[in-house]
Amino acid sequence: MRHVDEYRAPQAIKGLIQRIAATMTRPWTLMEVCGGQTHAILKFGLDELLPERLRLIHGPGCPVCVTPLEQIDRALAIAATPGVIFCSFGDMLRVPGSHGDLLLAKARGADVRIVYSPLDAVALARREPTRRVVFFAVGFETTAPANAMAVYTAARAGLTNFSVLVAHVLVPPALEALLSAPGSEIQGLLAPGHVCVVTGYRDYERVAARYGIPIVVTGFEPLDLLRGVHAAVVQLERGEARVENQYERAALRDGNPAALQVVRDVFTVCDRKWRGLGEIPASGYTLAPAYAGFDAVQVFGLTDVTVDEPADCLSGLVLQGRLRPTQCPQFGKRCTPEHPLGATMVSTEGACAAYFHYGRTPAQAAHPDAARENEVSAL
Amino acid sequence: MNGFDALAAGLACPVPVNDDTVVQMAHGGGGRKMAQLIDGLFLPAFRSDALAQLGDGAVLTVGRERLAFSTDTFVVQPPFFPGGDIGSLAIHGTANDLAMCGAEPLGFSVGLVLEEGFPMNDLRRIVASIAAASAQVGAPVMTGDTKVVDRGKGDGIYINTSGIGRVRDGVSVGPERAAPGDVILVSGPVGDHGIAVMAARNGIDLVTQLLSDSAPVLPLVRALLDCVPEAKAMRDPTRGGLATALCEIAVASRVGMRIDEAAVPVRSEVRGACELLGFDPLYVACEGRFLAIVPPQAAERALAALRGFPDGAQAQRIGEVTAGDPGRVLLRTAIGSHRRLERLSGEQLPRIC
Repeated sequence: MRHVDEYRAPQAIKGLIQRIAATMTRPWTLMEVCGGQTHAILKFGLDELLPERLRLIHGPGCPVCVTPLEQIDRALAIAATPGVIFCSFGDMLRVPGSHGDLLLAKARGADVRIVYSPLDAVALARREPTRRVVFFAVGFETTAPANAMAVYTAARAGLTNFSVLVAHVLVPPALEALLSAPGSEIQGLLAPGHVCVVTGYRDYERVAARYGIPIVVTGFEPLDLLRGVHAAVVQLERGEARVENQYERAALRDGNPAALQVVRDVFTVCDRKWRGLGEIPASGYTLAPAYAGFDAVQVFGLTDVTVDEPADCLSGLVLQGRLRPTQCPQFGKRCTPEHPLGATMVSTEGACAAYFHYGRTPAQAAHPDAARENEVSAL
Repeated sequence: MNGFDALAAGLACPVPVNDDTVVQMAHGGGGRKMAQLIDGLFLPAFRSDALAQLGDGAVLTVGRERLAFSTDTFVVQPPFFPGGDIGSLAIHGTANDLAMCGAEPLGFSVGLVLEEGFPMNDLRRIVASIAAASAQVGAPVMTGDTKVVDRGKGDGIYINTSGIGRVRDGVSVGPERAAPGDVILVSGPVGDHGIAVMAARNGIDLVTQLLSDSAPVLPLVRALLDCVPEAKAMRDPTRGGLATALCEIAVASRVGMRIDEAAVPVRSEVRGACELLGFDPLYVACEGRFLAIVPPQAAERALAALRGFPDGAQAQRIGEVTAGDPGRVLLRTAIGSHRRLERLSGEQLPRIC
């Protein structure tokens, strides 16, 4: 298949693995920021092929995983309201709130629907004028343009039965929170390629300069990821700390101006809570004042809903790269995709789900790290 | 308390959400949640040795005959999809389950649950399709039942079919019979049905050329068993796809499996749709394919037999049964790394980005 096979060519992958190994004179620790990258690394088993001295830690770039509990609880409250059609991307439906998830709400009678585009939810609101249609606007900068366009379209059409529950988060502030945390072990970053397609990477240049680390804008296919690792390792070995763009076929330095324009029109930057990371200043989007009438939190009077994260949930440590999923004492035992204790076990892009799905259980021998990890007492 | 404080406070986890107080979609999804329902509710309640085999159908001995008996219920939306409809699917599904027991179908029952207001013309088309499919597999509809429910209490049409068949002489296949060294074959490309139905259901207009693979596998199974009567196990990978079917056999036979990802046939349209939606084609349903486990010396004979049919032209050897790691299916990726195949957990849900 074109545009895929050339980035999965076995010979090229083996060659690049060898080059990475030959470049490294000492151990290095990189964080791949995006959950899609984590998923691809596990799916293709790149962690098994890379040199042992290269440590990959899995970053917070899974929008489902970092959406705070209170926003899930608000979603559940809205979905349970009579007359509401609650629309969401599919992988939000299994994320546990304080009392159940959206799939369970659906089983109990709520009208919860999976949509493939936020514009489908707008179309639904047009078709169902007597119902209130709410879209769960989740995601990083990647999904912000489409979600903004949905609100913009609804406003232009004068729809009064459409609103959005916004849980948008921004990557660079979260990276700064992680990099400035005491004891951070991150020596280089693979920046999320799809986010940079929208935003460009000027913000990352500031982060690289401020924290003195190389950042490589990286795609999602095996060769993309390995090229990103290679570029970061070469910089580390040379003592450099700049932004490189491995994902040139899609990401430009200034991003997508048309997409950014609609985002700037509809959203405004706000402080936001992250599951596992706490509140980070200026790290999310909320609706701009001109579009405040589309804010489901206002429409449904849910401003009072605030929920503290369970103090003892470990997914925050996984999201910070401080705990490998298999180091968690509950991994694969009390915590499974059927009974997730935290969002990282739910989402297809969550690190715990990726480890579980692709067989990185402590008992599994196919993974060379498995036995070793098993011996590591949890932290 | 943020994550850093939690780190200092030590390791503990919150109580899991008890989400099994009502039936959820995943309980019928063919994956792990459904397996939990079967193991936790049905098997203890029914205490049936035949059921406990968890084959595609039960095999019972009547006099000197071995009869296969199977049932399946069809709720597909939309009822008409590219490459088939709920009527033909209802016959193919049950005929294929019988074929997976090594049986020739003798006849079917058809139970219809119709919703008030369902278009009579659609019903006529579906009934004609049932008739054509049963003629195609050479076994008649022998008994039936019809119920109509109030408008809004059904989804247009549901169909249950049961089938009874005669197990071929000299053939003994079952999910518990796979042994180390056996070879694993698949009869054609996987995932066509699931992606075709999903595209039709959601108006995803990517895969205009893709048709459901809904078809009777009986001609292929006959040819296979003519050449390789010693075949060990067969299974049609419906809900949960190829990966789930492999896991079920690995568990039932207490063996391991090694699958070569590059050898598994997947159409490029299916791969493309899966890449876009975040699905894994190994977990997408088929309705006209089957996997067969045969002794190593029979593998080439079996492949030659399958490839003699248009539906079997892309039949492939995809892996081997191993002695180590009972119940585990290990996939060797095209780039030489490994990952485990698990039963599908819940439904595959389209991802955010």
